[in-house]
Amino acid sequence: MLRIAKLPIAVFALAIMVFPWTAHRIPAIEHYPDIMVFAGIYCLITMGLSLLMGYAGQISIGHAAFFGIGAYISAILTTNYGMNPWACMVIGMAVTAVVAVLVGAPSLKLRGHYLAMATLAFGIIIFIIFNEEIEWTGGPDGMSGIPGLTLFGFEFNSVERYYYLVWGFVIAAFIFTVNVIQSGTGRALRAIHASEPAARAMGVDVSRFKILVFVYSAVLASLAGSLYAHYLNFVNPATFDLFFSIKLLIMIALGGMHNIWGAIVGTGLITFLSNEWLHYFEEFEVIVYGAILLFVTVLLPEGLAGVPGIVKGWFRR
Amino acid sequence: MSAGMEENVLELQGVVMTFGGLMALSNLNFNVRRGMIKAIIGPNGAGKTTLFNVITGSFPPTKGTVKFKGQPIQHLKAHKIADRGISRTFQTVELFGNMTVLENVMLGCYTRIRTSFMASGFVLPRSRRKEKRIKESALKILKFIGLIHKFKDSADSLPLGEQKLLEIGRALASEPELICLDEPAAGLNETETHVASSLIRAINAKGITVLLVEHDMKVVMNISDEILVLNYGQKIAEGPPQNIRNSPRVIEAYLGAGEV
Repeated sequence: MLRIAKLPIAVFALAIMVFPWTAHRIPAIEHYPDIMVFAGIYCLITMGLSLLMGYAGQISIGHAAFFGIGAYISAILTTNYGMNPWACMVIGMAVTAVVAVLVGAPSLKLRGHYLAMATLAFGIIIFIIFNEEIEWTGGPDGMSGIPGLTLFGFEFNSVERYYYLVWGFVIAAFIFTVNVIQSGTGRALRAIHASEPAARAMGVDVSRFKILVFVYSAVLASLAGSLYAHYLNFVNPATFDLFFSIKLLIMIALGGMHNIWGAIVGTGLITFLSNEWLHYFEEFEVIVYGAILLFVTVLLPEGLAGVPGIVKGWFRR
Repeated sequence: MSAGMEENVLELQGVVMTFGGLMALSNLNFNVRRGMIKAIIGPNGAGKTTLFNVITGSFPPTKGTVKFKGQPIQHLKAHKIADRGISRTFQTVELFGNMTVLENVMLGCYTRIRTSFMASGFVLPRSRRKEKRIKESALKILKFIGLIHKFKDSADSLPLGEQKLLEIGRALASEPELICLDEPAAGLNETETHVASSLIRAINAKGITVLLVEHDMKVVMNISDEILVLNYGQKIAEGPPQNIRNSPRVIEAYLGAGEV
């Protein structure tokens, strides 16, 4: 049985809760909660991707686009039309779901390289739209003045407040995703990964499931995009480029695709690397990512999530 | 099995399957009566697996009708046909190697008990009860096929003989009315073949109709009530084993094989 232990989830949730309180007292890591906000936002995307890629076995190199759609819908509707940010967030998710169905229905009939190319192309198209539809998106300069989030008069106006908001979403999405993985639905997804003909022969509607997971992962990315826009109060197209889609893949490859924890660990590490620990490398940062990806694919095909298993293997010998 | 009055579970009428210019099945007519074990034999490339793929909905036939319990199903997708009550195994084992033995059989229950994406995400009590029922049902099947002691092992780790049994178990989990077994004895040693044959008989004894493709003539002659012989996509003989054994057309088709 695929069982994901409850204890580590509880410990993790507790650690997330006390982290800002601790970081506040240590000057060297005082600004870490800010980085953690971004890590949390990216975790929302990579969790969905992990379900899509690691469990259901479908590739997407276009998730930066869904992240961008969420961010831009929030940005445009709040700044130009003065709409309620929470409503915009929901509208963003709904629009993304529709786009994901339209893109996913034909693309998910493709396999392997072809699916990768289709989602890649989609990502590039959306990136071009963000750049060129200047009237709507502000073009390469982006959009500023996006309002912050408020709930019943409570303003999420400090890093810490926003940290708890984002990680609240992350933990909720994490639990939902873990439940799906452990259910008959998760079993069906893993079956599709292993053998589509056999899954079909056992009554699994393969195309429907592929689209469903694709949409779920896209909607999470859209939610992440909205949270991103309201946190930074600014968006520009560069955030949602092809490289970001690849970075998302590096995150789940490093953490381990076949394990939902992998998404969390990989995302956390890469976010800290790119926001903090890799400044020293400046523009050579990309080379470090390349090296990480190479190292992981060759030596740790199951990512960091596979390390405990390898260590256990040593002791058994 | 006395002939005559029984209802036909499966009826094929004028089934044609062409791939480009190649005619894999040409104007095939035959019936499978409820409760029987029917074997399909024929030389390599005779269209046996194609026939299975047409029946189970991997692709629709070019022409003709396939009726299951009187209803045409030739236009249905594979998963819909599975829902109707036809289950199958594959010539080259198609297990979910990334899952355990138990999980493979649990997935087999999918046609009968399923939860929606949302219900599984929110773990409604209903979905938890369903999961329990699935597990109980799967364990029963593992006992039946004799793999209960390996329920935790990954499906990949089993020897071929047990993988074949597990595939049959997975197909059984959907509680089908018709089970299509594609070469259940291929690649098995004598002992394993014996185990597989007894299992097929036991399945049939539960009232499940069995349609199988098999090359091992000993198995076919031993367990089947009726045999259909295909050659170049055409039916060249149909009848009880003793008739097939002596049919000159069958002997001709197999000439050189020396088995019949």
